[in-house]
Amino acid sequence: MSNYSVEAVSLNKVFGRRLIFNNINFKFENNGIFGISGSNGSGKSTLVKIIAGIISSSSGKVFHKTGTEEILPEKLHNHLGFVSPYLVLYDEFSAWENLAYFAEIRGIPLNTERVNYLLEKFLLINRKDDLVKTYSSGMKQRLKFIFALAHSPELLILDEPTSNLDAEGKENVYAILKKEAESSIVIIASNEVTDLALCSSKIELEQYKGINKNAGMKGIL
Amino acid sequence: MKIKAYALFKKDFHSELRTRYAINSLVMFIIVAISVILFSIGSERISQSLTGGLFWVVIFFSAMSGLARAFVSEEERGTTLTLQLVASPSTIFSGKLLFNLILVFMMNIVIALLYSALFDAFIIKNFALFAVTFLFGNIGLAVSSTMIAAIIAKAGSKGTLYPVLSFPILLPLILLVVHLTLNSMDGTSFEQSVFELAMVVCYDVIMLAASYMLFDFVWND
Repeated sequence: MSNYSVEAVSLNKVFGRRLIFNNINFKFENNGIFGISGSNGSGKSTLVKIIAGIISSSSGKVFHKTGTEEILPEKLHNHLGFVSPYLVLYDEFSAWENLAYFAEIRGIPLNTERVNYLLEKFLLINRKDDLVKTYSSGMKQRLKFIFALAHSPELLILDEPTSNLDAEGKENVYAILKKEAESSIVIIASNEVTDLALCSSKIELEQYKGINKNAGMKGIL
Repeated sequence: MKIKAYALFKKDFHSELRTRYAINSLVMFIIVAISVILFSIGSERISQSLTGGLFWVVIFFSAMSGLARAFVSEEERGTTLTLQLVASPSTIFSGKLLFNLILVFMMNIVIALLYSALFDAFIIKNFALFAVTFLFGNIGLAVSSTMIAAIIAKAGSKGTLYPVLSFPILLPLILLVVHLTLNSMDGTSFEQSVFELAMVVCYDVIMLAASYMLFDFVWND
């Protein structure tokens, strides 16, 4: 179990004059799987991007901490794993080259044992030296999981994690997520009932469209 | 940070070798630009001052055709998010700057050699002054172009915006280096060109400092 925590305080996001969500508050600590649900266009991807520090909120703040020490935004990438349909890896490199370059750019040695374990778990070990452009969409999605997990992050953010995956791929992902959630915080943004069934608590974004401050909290805090 | 930036440079260099995003357009542009100048002057003998000016015109427009690729190619392939997830903004800027520096020096050495071979009037009398001008001029060109590339990467009409935005930012540098190149062709001494050289060095330092200070804001939405 990690001592990592992620806390959102009064998060609000507006695009132009359109309110995406208003006054979201939550705190996820130590470990477990937490969900973000909502219909298409409800702001799930926007919220996970704000949590990951990729975009900024219109108001409010997200705090990432290890123990009591706050993690600086420029260091956040080393604590974070992220999977989404709009994440793209380098097509001109093989899976192994991608993972080796990412480790080097992070400034950490490539954990070959862990990467080989993940490649095997996600059934890509035999294709690890093939260029990513030759992969199917499902294989690319599985490679994104390896990219997100290779550096053993304390926080794993998954946006529509099972898109493009077949039944076997989904089962693999669920098994690995359950194992990761024993030591890390996993946040899943999805509409899939089976994805959300893994979550111990959920944020329902439909209930953050107005000004009701305590709406939408199910099992949070 | 240096090692991480170097890792990003290695990734870009490897990617460039496989995709040839920038090199092909640069080589073609250099050949076309010099050929057009040669055809347009025909058998006429052009003045030294015009040769010196045209030298930097070719360099400016060649830079416009190739240096934007550092960020534009990431945006077009959708890998910007991936980079945000593995490195801090300063690492990304340093890595991209290193790549553009190497590219600018390679490109401009080729242009200088071709120019010397093809234009009789391009005779450098004070080589030391030309070498120092070339060094600091290229550094300024690379720093400014990298920052402008980051700004325009997220814009819609990148092709036209890049030279338009670059022109006012690069104009002071171009004016200075053209003047210094003419001095080196005239055989003006180093001491008599110290003021202009100091201005070029100041331009480089200011652009470098401003780029590192502003890159966070450009990079994160």
